Amino acid sequence: MIDDDRIFKALADETRRYLLDLLFKRDGRTLSELESKLAMTRFGVMKHLRILEEANLVVTRRTGRKKLHYLNPVPIEQIHDRWIAKYRGRDVSMLIDLKRSLEEEQS
Amino acid sequence: MTETIASNAATQVYRVYIKAAPQAIWDAITQPEWNSRFGYGGRGVFELRPGGAYRGYTSDEMKEAGRKGGFPVPEVAIEGEVIEAAPPKRLVLTWHMAMDANTAADAVTRLTYEIEPTSGGVTRLTIIHDLTGAPAAADILAGKYEREGAGGGWSWVLSDLKSLLETGAGFMG
Repeated sequence: MIDDDRIFKALADETRRYLLDLLFKRDGRTLSELESKLAMTRFGVMKHLRILEEANLVVTRRTGRKKLHYLNPVPIEQIHDRWIAKYRGRDVSMLIDLKRSLEEEQS
Repeated sequence: MTETIASNAATQVYRVYIKAAPQAIWDAITQPEWNSRFGYGGRGVFELRPGGAYRGYTSDEMKEAGRKGGFPVPEVAIEGEVIEAAPPKRLVLTWHMAMDANTAADAVTRLTYEIEPTSGGVTRLTIIHDLTGAPAAADILAGKYEREGAGGGWSWVLSDLKSLLETGAGFMG
């Protein structure tokens, strides 16, 4: 199973985040396409893509002779649900409570 | 027509790891008693053979939302035809969202489920949805209209399926 650690470690690198941004803008790209956007050796890009794939952030598929890389949104959504959404919910309910108590004060 | 576009920008790919057997995942996807319990919640009925029909029906919640909102919600949400059914490994079908005026105008799309065992009783489920010519459906399935109540798309559906199979309860309870 892929744990949160592996996902956060994969995201904790500027180049890997940039690769995810590239795929977000245009998904289903070859290694050559991605490599052309970075000032890095092909081998360096492959290494980063492998880390992203091991974290389930990128999925590869062969179509014909090409191997295409896709951004997998599922682990990001799971991290969002676990670590971000619950805080947002709390802010909203705090503001609602504040609003209610201020309005009660006025009446 | 020959094209030399290297990327396939219209295909969306999602992958989730679920601690359940491949057959359990196959059943959850293809049996209406299961597939009505996660994601969008409408019953999905498959004739599991090449050329067989697939129908995704609208749920009671969807129909209720339509009544309240004053818009029509038909009986059938999704229409499709099974291309390949190889339980419990691979399911391929055409997929077209008939229920919404925008998506009804989209091209018919192609949806593939791949179910692969990995180690430790964990199964890898990959969804490949070729949404070429279906920009309205692509937006919905990417979760773009989640705040407007259109559901979270494939990510959300798969997260719910994972919860259901691993804990016995999905997001619906």
